[in-house]
Amino acid sequence: MSIRGKACIVGAYEHPTRKAEDKSVAQLHAEVALGALRDAGLTRADVDGYFCAGDAPGMGPLSMADYLGLNRLTHYDSTDVGGCSYLVHVAHAAEAIAMGKCKVALITLAGRPRSEGVATGTAPRPGDPRQPDVQFEYPFGPAIANMYAMCAQRHMYEYGTTSEQLAWIKVAASHHAQHNEHAMLRKVVTVEDVVNSPLVADPLHRLDCCVISDGGGALVVTSPEIARTLKRPLVSIRGAGEAIKHVDGGRIDLSYTGARYAGARAFEMAGVKPADMKYASIYDSFTITVLMQLEDLGFCEKGQGGKFVSDGNLISGVGRLPFNTDGGGLCNNHPANRGGITKVIEAVRQLRGEAHPAVQVKNCDLALAHGTGGSLGTRHGSATLVLERL
Amino acid sequence: MTDRIPPSPTPDPSTQRFWDAAREGKLLIGRNSKTGKTHYPPRPICPFDDEGEVEMVEASGRGTIYSFSIMRAKVPYAIAYVELEEGPRMMTNIIGADFAAIRIGQPVTLKFQPTEGDGYPVPMFTPA
Repeated sequence: MSIRGKACIVGAYEHPTRKAEDKSVAQLHAEVALGALRDAGLTRADVDGYFCAGDAPGMGPLSMADYLGLNRLTHYDSTDVGGCSYLVHVAHAAEAIAMGKCKVALITLAGRPRSEGVATGTAPRPGDPRQPDVQFEYPFGPAIANMYAMCAQRHMYEYGTTSEQLAWIKVAASHHAQHNEHAMLRKVVTVEDVVNSPLVADPLHRLDCCVISDGGGALVVTSPEIARTLKRPLVSIRGAGEAIKHVDGGRIDLSYTGARYAGARAFEMAGVKPADMKYASIYDSFTITVLMQLEDLGFCEKGQGGKFVSDGNLISGVGRLPFNTDGGGLCNNHPANRGGITKVIEAVRQLRGEAHPAVQVKNCDLALAHGTGGSLGTRHGSATLVLERL
Repeated sequence: MTDRIPPSPTPDPSTQRFWDAAREGKLLIGRNSKTGKTHYPPRPICPFDDEGEVEMVEASGRGTIYSFSIMRAKVPYAIAYVELEEGPRMMTNIIGADFAAIRIGQPVTLKFQPTEGDGYPVPMFTPA
Protein backbone atom coordinates (compact mmCIF):
# COMPACT_ATOMS: atom_id res chain seq x y z
CA MET A 1 0.00 0.00 0.00
CA SER A 2 1.32 3.43 -0.93
CA ILE A 3 0.81 6.57 1.15
CA ARG A 4 0.75 8.72 -2.00
CA GLY A 5 -1.95 11.33 -1.54
CA LYS A 6 -3.10 9.87 1.79
CA ALA A 7 -2.12 12.83 3.96
CA CYS A 8 -1.49 16.57 3.86
CA ILE A 9 0.76 18.93 5.78
CA VAL A 10 -1.63 21.58 7.10
CA GLY A 11 0.47 23.27 9.76
CA ALA A 12 4.07 24.45 9.61
CA TYR A 13 5.82 26.74 12.04
CA GLU A 14 9.43 27.77 12.56
CA HIS A 15 10.37 29.41 15.84
CA PRO A 16 11.78 32.89 15.21
CA THR A 17 14.38 32.62 17.97
CA ARG A 18 17.98 31.80 17.21
CA LYS A 19 19.18 32.24 20.80
CA ALA A 20 16.83 31.20 23.58
CA GLU A 21 18.77 31.85 26.76
CA ASP A 22 15.63 32.40 28.81
CA LYS A 23 13.60 29.42 27.59
CA SER A 24 13.67 25.70 28.28
CA VAL A 25 13.81 23.05 25.57
CA ALA A 26 10.38 21.74 26.58
CA GLN A 27 8.99 25.27 26.41
CA LEU A 28 10.34 25.67 22.88
CA HIS A 29 8.63 22.40 21.92
CA ALA A 30 5.38 23.76 23.33
CA GLU A 31 5.74 27.10 21.53
CA VAL A 32 6.34 25.50 18.15
CA ALA A 33 3.50 23.02 18.73
CA LEU A 34 1.05 25.83 19.28
CA GLY A 35 2.52 27.76 16.37
CA ALA A 36 1.95 24.91 13.93
CA LEU A 37 -1.54 24.14 15.23
CA ARG A 38 -2.50 27.82 14.96
CA ASP A 39 -1.13 27.86 11.41
CA ALA A 40 -3.36 24.88 10.58
CA GLY A 41 -6.42 26.31 12.30
CA LEU A 42 -6.46 23.42 14.77
CA THR A 43 -6.06 23.10 18.52
CA ARG A 44 -4.33 20.73 20.90
CA ALA A 45 -7.65 19.00 21.48
CA ASP A 46 -7.53 17.87 17.85
CA VAL A 47 -4.16 16.12 18.20
CA ASP A 48 -4.33 12.32 18.43
CA GLY A 49 -0.90 11.54 17.01
CA TYR A 50 2.44 12.83 18.35
CA PHE A 51 5.93 12.47 16.92
CA CYS A 52 9.24 13.58 18.41
CA ALA A 53 12.88 12.48 18.35
CA GLY A 54 15.99 12.61 20.50
CA ASP A 55 15.90 16.38 20.95
CA ALA A 56 12.70 16.02 23.00
CA PRO A 57 13.58 15.67 26.68
CA GLY A 58 12.41 12.51 28.42
CA MET A 59 11.66 8.93 27.45
CA GLY A 60 10.41 8.89 23.87
CA PRO A 61 7.21 10.95 23.67
CA LEU A 62 6.26 10.51 27.35
CA SER A 63 7.54 13.70 28.97
CA MET A 64 6.52 15.88 26.06
CA ALA A 65 3.02 14.39 25.87
CA ASP A 66 2.71 15.17 29.58
CA TYR A 67 4.18 18.69 29.32
CA LEU A 68 2.12 19.56 26.23
CA GLY A 69 -1.03 18.17 27.82
CA LEU A 70 -1.77 15.79 24.95
CA ASN A 71 -4.54 13.58 26.34
CA ARG A 72 -6.05 11.99 23.24
CA LEU A 73 -3.06 10.24 21.72
CA THR A 74 -3.94 7.05 19.89
CA HIS A 75 -0.62 6.91 18.06
CA TYR A 76 2.93 8.06 18.74
CA ASP A 77 6.40 7.49 17.33
CA SER A 78 9.80 8.62 18.57
CA THR A 79 11.95 7.26 15.74
CA ASP A 80 15.30 8.97 16.10
CA VAL A 81 17.65 9.09 13.15
CA GLY A 82 19.11 12.49 14.02
CA GLY A 83 18.42 15.48 11.83
CA CYS A 84 16.20 13.71 9.30
CA SER A 85 13.89 12.20 11.95
CA TYR A 86 11.16 14.74 11.20
CA LEU A 87 10.95 13.83 7.52
CA VAL A 88 10.63 10.21 8.61
CA HIS A 89 7.94 11.35 11.04
CA VAL A 90 5.95 13.00 8.25
CA ALA A 91 6.02 9.72 6.31
CA HIS A 92 5.17 7.66 9.39
CA ALA A 93 2.37 10.07 10.26
CA ALA A 94 0.96 9.67 6.74
CA GLU A 95 1.11 5.88 7.18
CA ALA A 96 -0.66 6.08 10.54
CA ILE A 97 -3.33 8.38 9.10
CA ALA A 98 -3.80 6.11 6.07
CA MET A 99 -4.22 3.15 8.45
CA GLY A 100 -6.73 5.04 10.59
CA LYS A 101 -4.48 5.01 13.66
CA CYS A 102 -4.75 8.76 14.11
CA LYS A 103 -6.30 11.77 12.38
CA VAL A 104 -4.20 14.78 13.35
CA ALA A 105 -0.47 14.23 13.88
CA LEU A 106 1.81 16.79 15.53
CA ILE A 107 5.59 16.68 15.01
CA THR A 108 7.88 18.88 17.11
CA LEU A 109 11.59 19.66 17.25
CA ALA A 110 13.41 22.14 19.51
CA GLY A 111 16.75 22.70 21.13
CA ARG A 112 19.19 25.29 22.41
CA PRO A 113 22.74 24.16 21.59
CA ARG A 114 23.81 27.78 21.08
CA SER A 115 22.77 28.87 24.56
CA GLU A 116 24.26 25.70 26.00
CA GLY A 117 27.59 26.46 24.29
CA VAL A 118 27.81 23.14 22.46
CA ALA A 119 30.81 22.85 20.11
CA THR A 120 28.61 20.88 17.79
CA GLY A 121 30.84 20.19 14.85
CA THR A 122 34.33 20.26 16.26
CA ALA A 123 34.24 18.42 19.60
CA PRO A 124 34.37 14.62 19.45
CA ARG A 125 31.49 13.23 21.50
CA PRO A 126 32.19 10.20 23.67
CA GLY A 127 28.79 8.57 23.14
CA ASP A 128 27.44 5.56 25.01
CA PRO A 129 30.27 3.04 25.60
CA ARG A 130 27.81 0.23 24.87
CA GLN A 131 27.38 1.58 21.36
CA PRO A 132 29.52 -1.01 19.53
CA ASP A 133 31.34 1.47 17.30
CA VAL A 134 32.42 3.91 20.03
CA GLN A 135 35.52 2.04 21.27
CA PHE A 136 36.76 1.71 17.67
CA GLU A 137 36.12 5.33 16.70
CA TYR A 138 36.14 7.75 19.64
CA PRO A 139 39.87 7.39 20.44
CA PHE A 140 40.66 8.83 16.99
CA GLY A 141 38.76 12.09 17.52
CA PRO A 142 35.80 11.83 15.15
CA ALA A 143 33.85 15.10 15.16
CA ILE A 144 30.98 15.97 12.86
CA ALA A 145 33.17 18.33 10.82
CA ASN A 146 36.05 15.93 10.16
CA MET A 147 33.69 13.08 9.25
CA TYR A 148 32.01 15.18 6.55
CA ALA A 149 35.44 16.51 5.60
CA MET A 150 36.59 12.97 4.80
CA CYS A 151 33.61 12.66 2.44
CA ALA A 152 34.64 15.92 0.76
CA GLN A 153 38.26 14.81 0.53
CA ARG A 154 37.24 11.54 -1.10
CA HIS A 155 34.82 13.30 -3.45
CA MET A 156 37.58 15.64 -4.57
CA TYR A 157 39.87 12.64 -5.14
CA GLU A 158 37.34 10.59 -7.10
CA TYR A 159 35.60 13.32 -9.08
CA GLY A 160 37.86 16.37 -9.08
CA THR A 161 35.40 18.43 -7.04
CA THR A 162 36.91 21.72 -5.84
CA SER A 163 36.56 23.93 -2.77
CA GLU A 164 35.31 26.69 -5.08
CA GLN A 165 32.48 24.48 -6.29
CA LEU A 166 31.50 23.64 -2.70
CA ALA A 167 31.62 27.35 -1.89
CA TRP A 168 28.89 28.05 -4.46
CA ILE A 169 26.47 26.21 -2.20
CA LYS A 170 27.12 28.63 0.65
CA VAL A 171 26.96 31.56 -1.77
CA ALA A 172 23.49 30.46 -2.92
CA ALA A 173 22.28 30.00 0.66
CA SER A 174 23.53 33.47 1.58
CA HIS A 175 21.73 35.02 -1.39
CA HIS A 176 18.52 33.59 0.05
CA ALA A 177 19.28 34.37 3.70
CA GLN A 178 19.66 38.09 3.01
CA HIS A 179 15.87 38.25 2.69
CA ASN A 180 15.14 36.29 5.90
CA GLU A 181 14.91 38.64 8.87
CA HIS A 182 15.40 35.74 11.27
CA ALA A 183 18.49 34.28 9.57
CA MET A 184 21.68 34.18 11.62
CA LEU A 185 23.93 35.00 8.65
CA ARG A 186 22.30 37.53 6.31
CA LYS A 187 25.41 38.85 4.62
CA VAL A 188 25.80 37.78 1.01
CA VAL A 189 29.14 35.99 0.65
CA THR A 190 31.33 35.21 -2.35
CA VAL A 191 33.22 32.09 -3.36
CA GLU A 192 36.39 33.86 -2.24
CA ASP A 193 34.89 34.59 1.19
CA VAL A 194 34.21 30.90 1.67
CA VAL A 195 37.54 29.51 0.48
CA ASN A 196 39.44 32.20 2.38
CA SER A 197 37.68 31.47 5.66
CA PRO A 198 39.74 29.40 8.12
CA LEU A 199 39.98 25.65 7.65
CA VAL A 200 38.01 23.74 10.27
CA ALA A 201 38.73 20.23 9.01
CA ASP A 202 40.50 20.04 5.64
CA PRO A 203 39.12 20.57 3.08
CA LEU A 204 36.11 22.18 4.82
CA HIS A 205 36.33 25.85 5.78
CA ARG A 206 34.40 27.67 8.44
CA LEU A 207 31.90 28.93 5.86
CA ASP A 208 31.35 25.40 4.54
CA CYS A 209 29.70 24.64 7.89
CA CYS A 210 26.16 25.32 9.07
CA VAL A 211 25.30 27.64 11.95
CA ILE A 212 24.76 26.56 15.54
CA SER A 213 21.42 27.92 16.66
CA ASP A 214 18.62 27.57 19.16
CA GLY A 215 15.04 27.27 18.06
CA GLY A 216 12.69 24.68 16.69
CA GLY A 217 9.84 23.88 14.40
CA ALA A 218 6.65 21.90 14.19
CA LEU A 219 4.41 20.32 11.57
CA VAL A 220 0.81 19.15 11.56
CA VAL A 221 -0.18 16.28 9.27
CA THR A 222 -3.75 15.19 8.69
CA SER A 223 -6.00 13.39 6.23
CA PRO A 224 -6.99 15.07 2.92
CA GLU A 225 -10.61 15.04 4.16
CA ILE A 226 -9.80 17.08 7.26
CA ALA A 227 -7.33 19.23 5.31
CA ARG A 228 -10.12 20.30 2.94
CA THR A 229 -12.12 21.65 5.89
CA LEU A 230 -9.23 23.94 6.87
CA LYS A 231 -8.34 27.28 5.32
CA ARG A 232 -4.76 26.50 4.32
CA PRO A 233 -3.51 25.63 0.82
CA LEU A 234 -3.39 21.85 0.35
CA VAL A 235 0.12 20.42 0.53
CA SER A 236 -0.10 16.70 -0.15
CA ILE A 237 2.51 14.03 0.58
CA ARG A 238 3.05 12.46 -2.82
CA GLY A 239 6.12 10.36 -2.15
CA ALA A 240 8.31 9.33 0.76
CA GLY A 241 11.41 7.24 1.18
CA GLU A 242 13.83 6.43 3.97
CA ALA A 243 17.10 4.55 4.21
CA ILE A 244 20.04 3.84 6.49
CA LYS A 245 23.62 3.68 5.28
CA HIS A 246 26.46 2.60 7.57
CA VAL A 247 30.06 1.48 7.84
CA ASP A 248 29.15 -1.97 6.47
CA GLY A 249 31.65 -4.09 8.36
CA GLY A 250 34.53 -2.00 7.10
CA ARG A 251 33.36 -1.62 3.50
CA ILE A 252 32.31 2.00 3.94
CA ASP A 253 32.08 3.94 0.69
CA LEU A 254 32.28 7.68 1.36
CA SER A 255 31.42 8.62 -2.21
CA TYR A 256 27.65 8.44 -1.76
CA THR A 257 24.87 8.83 0.81
CA GLY A 258 21.66 7.04 1.74
CA ALA A 259 19.85 9.61 -0.42
CA ARG A 260 20.53 7.22 -3.29
CA TYR A 261 17.95 4.83 -1.81
CA ALA A 262 15.61 7.22 0.05
CA GLY A 263 15.29 9.46 -2.98
CA ALA A 264 14.68 6.61 -5.41
CA ARG A 265 11.94 5.23 -3.14
CA ALA A 266 10.25 8.62 -2.82
CA PHE A 267 10.37 9.36 -6.55
CA GLU A 268 9.03 5.90 -7.37
CA MET A 269 6.08 6.34 -5.03
CA ALA A 270 5.42 9.84 -6.36
CA GLY A 271 5.75 8.83 -10.02
CA VAL A 272 7.88 11.88 -10.78
CA LYS A 273 11.51 12.64 -11.57
CA PRO A 274 14.07 14.98 -10.02
CA ALA A 275 13.74 17.27 -13.05
CA ASP A 276 10.05 17.77 -12.20
CA MET A 277 10.91 19.47 -8.89
CA LYS A 278 10.34 23.24 -8.88
CA TYR A 279 12.09 23.65 -5.54
CA ALA A 280 14.27 21.50 -3.26
CA SER A 281 15.06 21.71 0.44
CA ILE A 282 18.35 19.84 0.81
CA TYR A 283 19.91 19.08 4.18
CA ASP A 284 22.88 21.38 4.55
CA SER A 285 24.93 20.63 7.63
CA PHE A 286 27.91 21.31 5.35
CA THR A 287 28.28 22.30 1.72
CA ILE A 288 29.48 18.78 0.89
CA THR A 289 26.26 17.36 2.36
CA VAL A 290 24.25 19.25 -0.25
CA LEU A 291 26.50 18.35 -3.14
CA MET A 292 26.49 14.62 -2.44
CA GLN A 293 22.75 14.48 -1.77
CA LEU A 294 21.95 16.34 -5.00
CA GLU A 295 23.91 13.69 -6.92
CA ASP A 296 22.38 10.80 -5.00
CA LEU A 297 18.84 12.15 -5.41
CA GLY A 298 19.45 12.22 -9.15
CA PHE A 299 19.48 15.97 -9.82
CA CYS A 300 22.74 15.37 -11.67
CA GLU A 301 25.02 12.45 -12.45
CA LYS A 302 27.33 11.05 -9.79
CA GLY A 303 30.45 13.14 -9.66
CA GLN A 304 28.87 16.08 -11.50
CA GLY A 305 27.63 17.81 -8.33
CA GLY A 306 30.44 20.35 -8.40
CA LYS A 307 29.47 21.55 -11.85
CA PHE A 308 25.77 21.41 -11.02
CA VAL A 309 25.98 23.75 -8.01
CA SER A 310 28.33 26.27 -9.64
CA ASP A 311 27.53 29.68 -11.04
CA GLY A 312 24.42 30.25 -8.97
CA ASN A 313 22.49 27.23 -10.19
CA LEU A 314 20.88 26.85 -6.74
CA ILE A 315 19.86 30.53 -6.42
CA SER A 316 16.15 31.25 -6.74
CA GLY A 317 15.40 33.26 -9.87
CA VAL A 318 18.88 32.60 -11.23
CA GLY A 319 19.53 28.87 -11.43
CA ARG A 320 17.71 25.73 -12.46
CA LEU A 321 17.14 24.36 -8.96
CA PRO A 322 16.22 26.90 -6.25
CA PHE A 323 17.24 25.34 -2.93
CA ASN A 324 16.89 26.27 0.75
CA THR A 325 15.29 29.62 0.08
CA ASP A 326 15.13 30.39 3.82
CA GLY A 327 18.94 30.37 3.90
CA GLY A 328 19.00 26.80 5.18
CA GLY A 329 21.22 25.46 7.90
CA LEU A 330 24.19 27.15 6.26
CA CYS A 331 22.86 30.65 6.96
CA ASN A 332 19.45 30.65 8.63
CA ASN A 333 18.92 28.13 11.36
CA HIS A 334 19.92 24.64 12.52
CA PRO A 335 17.77 24.21 15.62
CA ALA A 336 18.89 21.47 18.04
CA ASN A 337 21.66 20.68 15.52
CA ARG A 338 18.93 19.02 13.48
CA GLY A 339 17.89 20.67 10.26
CA GLY A 340 15.20 18.28 9.08
CA ILE A 341 12.06 20.06 10.15
CA THR A 342 13.09 23.42 8.72
CA LYS A 343 13.65 21.66 5.38
CA VAL A 344 10.00 20.59 5.34
CA ILE A 345 8.78 23.97 6.60
CA GLU A 346 10.44 25.93 3.78
CA ALA A 347 9.16 23.44 1.19
CA VAL A 348 5.64 23.98 2.57
CA ARG A 349 6.11 27.76 2.38
CA GLN A 350 7.17 27.46 -1.26
CA LEU A 351 4.22 25.25 -2.17
CA ARG A 352 1.81 27.60 -0.43
CA GLY A 353 3.38 30.61 -2.13
CA GLU A 354 4.31 31.97 1.29
CA ALA A 355 8.09 32.13 0.91
CA HIS A 356 9.70 35.57 0.90
CA PRO A 357 8.68 37.27 -2.39
CA ALA A 358 12.33 37.72 -3.34
CA VAL A 359 12.88 33.95 -3.31
CA GLN A 360 9.39 32.57 -4.01
CA VAL A 361 9.47 30.14 -6.94
CA LYS A 362 6.75 30.90 -9.48
CA ASN A 363 4.00 28.29 -9.73
CA CYS A 364 5.72 26.02 -7.24
CA ASP A 365 3.49 22.96 -7.31
CA LEU A 366 6.01 20.18 -6.77
CA ALA A 367 8.83 20.29 -4.23
CA LEU A 368 11.29 17.98 -2.56
CA ALA A 369 12.57 17.95 1.00
CA HIS A 370 15.51 15.76 1.90
CA GLY A 371 17.28 15.16 5.19
CA THR A 372 20.28 13.37 6.61
CA GLY A 373 20.73 12.41 10.24
CA GLY A 374 23.85 11.10 11.93
CA SER A 375 27.09 11.27 9.99
CA LEU A 376 27.84 10.74 6.32
CA GLY A 377 31.31 9.69 7.48
CA THR A 378 30.04 6.72 9.47
CA ARG A 379 26.34 5.87 9.75
CA HIS A 380 23.31 7.95 8.86
CA GLY A 381 19.63 7.99 8.10
CA SER A 382 18.30 9.57 4.92
CA ALA A 383 14.74 10.62 4.29
CA THR A 384 13.06 12.16 1.26
CA LEU A 385 9.61 13.67 0.80
CA VAL A 386 8.01 14.69 -2.48
CA LEU A 387 5.33 17.26 -1.70
CA GLU A 388 2.66 18.57 -4.02
CA ARG A 389 0.30 21.52 -3.93
CA LEU A 390 -3.15 20.31 -4.88
CA MET B 1 54.45 14.97 15.11
CA THR B 2 51.26 14.25 17.01
CA ASP B 3 50.95 15.44 20.57
CA ARG B 4 47.37 14.40 20.95
CA ILE B 5 46.97 11.69 23.59
CA PRO B 6 43.82 9.79 22.68
CA PRO B 7 41.30 8.64 25.27
CA SER B 8 41.40 4.94 26.04
CA PRO B 9 38.78 2.69 24.50
CA THR B 10 36.48 0.86 26.91
CA PRO B 11 36.43 -2.85 26.04
CA ASP B 12 33.28 -4.93 26.45
CA PRO B 13 33.10 -8.71 26.93
CA SER B 14 33.04 -9.28 23.18
CA THR B 15 36.07 -7.09 22.42
CA GLN B 16 38.33 -7.78 25.40
CA ARG B 17 40.43 -10.14 23.26
CA PHE B 18 40.90 -7.44 20.62
CA TRP B 19 42.21 -4.93 23.15
CA ASP B 20 44.37 -7.50 24.96
CA ALA B 21 45.96 -8.26 21.57
CA ALA B 22 46.47 -4.52 21.08
CA ARG B 23 48.67 -4.54 24.20
CA GLU B 24 50.85 -7.07 22.33
CA GLY B 25 50.94 -4.87 19.22
CA LYS B 26 48.56 -7.06 17.25
CA LEU B 27 45.62 -5.75 15.19
CA LEU B 28 42.82 -8.32 15.00
CA ILE B 29 40.12 -8.37 12.37
CA GLY B 30 37.13 -10.68 11.99
CA ARG B 31 37.10 -13.40 9.33
CA ASN B 32 34.21 -15.67 8.45
CA SER B 33 35.34 -19.32 8.70
CA LYS B 34 33.05 -20.33 5.85
CA THR B 35 33.26 -17.43 3.38
CA GLY B 36 36.69 -16.08 4.33
CA LYS B 37 35.30 -12.54 4.17
CA THR B 38 36.95 -10.16 6.63
CA HIS B 39 35.27 -7.41 8.62
CA TYR B 40 36.15 -4.58 11.00
CA PRO B 41 35.56 -3.78 13.81
CA PRO B 42 35.50 -7.49 14.68
CA ARG B 43 32.36 -8.84 16.33
CA PRO B 44 31.16 -12.29 17.36
CA ILE B 45 28.51 -12.46 14.63
CA CYS B 46 29.59 -11.89 11.03
CA PRO B 47 27.91 -8.75 9.63
CA PHE B 48 27.74 -10.23 6.14
CA ASP B 49 26.69 -13.88 6.36
CA ASP B 50 24.45 -15.94 8.62
CA GLU B 51 26.64 -19.00 8.10
CA GLY B 52 30.14 -19.60 9.44
CA GLU B 53 31.96 -18.70 12.64
CA VAL B 54 33.92 -15.51 13.15
CA GLU B 55 37.64 -16.10 13.65
CA MET B 56 39.81 -13.29 14.98
CA VAL B 57 42.89 -13.10 12.78
CA GLU B 58 45.89 -10.80 12.87
CA ALA B 59 46.08 -8.19 10.13
CA SER B 60 49.38 -7.57 8.36
CA GLY B 61 49.32 -3.93 9.41
CA ARG B 62 49.81 -2.73 5.85
CA GLY B 63 47.26 -0.52 4.17
CA THR B 64 46.57 2.62 2.16
CA ILE B 65 44.80 5.86 3.06
CA TYR B 66 41.19 5.80 1.80
CA SER B 67 40.37 9.30 3.04
CA PHE B 68 41.56 11.73 5.70
CA SER B 69 41.07 15.16 7.21
CA ILE B 70 43.31 17.42 9.26
CA MET B 71 41.32 18.58 12.26
CA ARG B 72 42.36 22.15 13.01
CA ALA B 73 42.00 21.71 16.76
CA LYS B 74 44.27 23.28 19.40
CA VAL B 75 46.39 20.18 18.94
CA PRO B 76 45.76 19.36 15.27
CA TYR B 77 45.45 15.72 14.25
CA ALA B 78 44.91 13.70 11.09
CA ILE B 79 41.85 11.47 11.18
CA ALA B 80 41.57 8.89 8.41
CA TYR B 81 40.06 5.75 7.05
CA VAL B 82 42.81 3.30 6.17
CA GLU B 83 42.02 0.41 3.85
CA LEU B 84 43.79 -2.67 5.16
CA GLU B 85 45.52 -5.08 2.81
CA GLU B 86 42.91 -7.64 3.94
CA GLY B 87 40.02 -5.43 2.75
CA PRO B 88 38.34 -3.62 5.63
CA ARG B 89 38.52 0.15 5.96
CA MET B 90 39.05 1.34 9.53
CA MET B 91 38.88 4.68 11.27
CA THR B 92 42.27 5.71 12.63
CA ASN B 93 44.79 8.54 12.87
CA ILE B 94 47.82 9.15 10.67
CA ILE B 95 50.85 9.92 12.82
CA GLY B 96 54.47 10.81 12.19
CA ALA B 97 53.56 12.53 8.94
CA ASP B 98 53.78 16.04 7.59
CA PHE B 99 50.08 16.97 7.40
CA ALA B 100 50.60 18.74 4.07
CA ALA B 101 52.07 15.59 2.53
CA ILE B 102 49.25 13.18 3.43
CA ARG B 103 47.51 11.80 0.34
CA ILE B 104 44.70 9.42 -0.48
CA GLY B 105 46.21 6.17 -1.73
CA GLN B 106 49.38 6.64 0.30
CA PRO B 107 50.80 3.36 1.74
CA VAL B 108 50.88 3.28 5.54
CA THR B 109 51.86 0.84 8.27
CA LEU B 110 50.38 0.05 11.65
CA LYS B 111 51.76 1.68 14.78
CA PHE B 112 49.98 1.28 18.10
CA GLN B 113 49.88 4.40 20.23
CA PRO B 114 49.43 4.75 24.00
CA THR B 115 46.24 6.28 25.37
CA GLU B 116 45.37 8.36 28.41
CA GLY B 117 45.97 6.91 31.85
CA ASP B 118 47.88 3.82 30.64
CA GLY B 119 44.77 2.73 28.77
CA TYR B 120 44.68 0.25 25.90
CA PRO B 121 46.92 1.19 22.97
CA VAL B 122 45.02 2.08 19.80
CA PRO B 123 45.89 1.19 16.19
CA MET B 124 47.22 4.18 14.25
CA PHE B 125 49.17 4.35 11.01
CA THR B 126 52.30 6.06 9.80
CA PRO B 127 53.61 6.55 6.23
CA ALA B 128 55.26 3.34 4.99
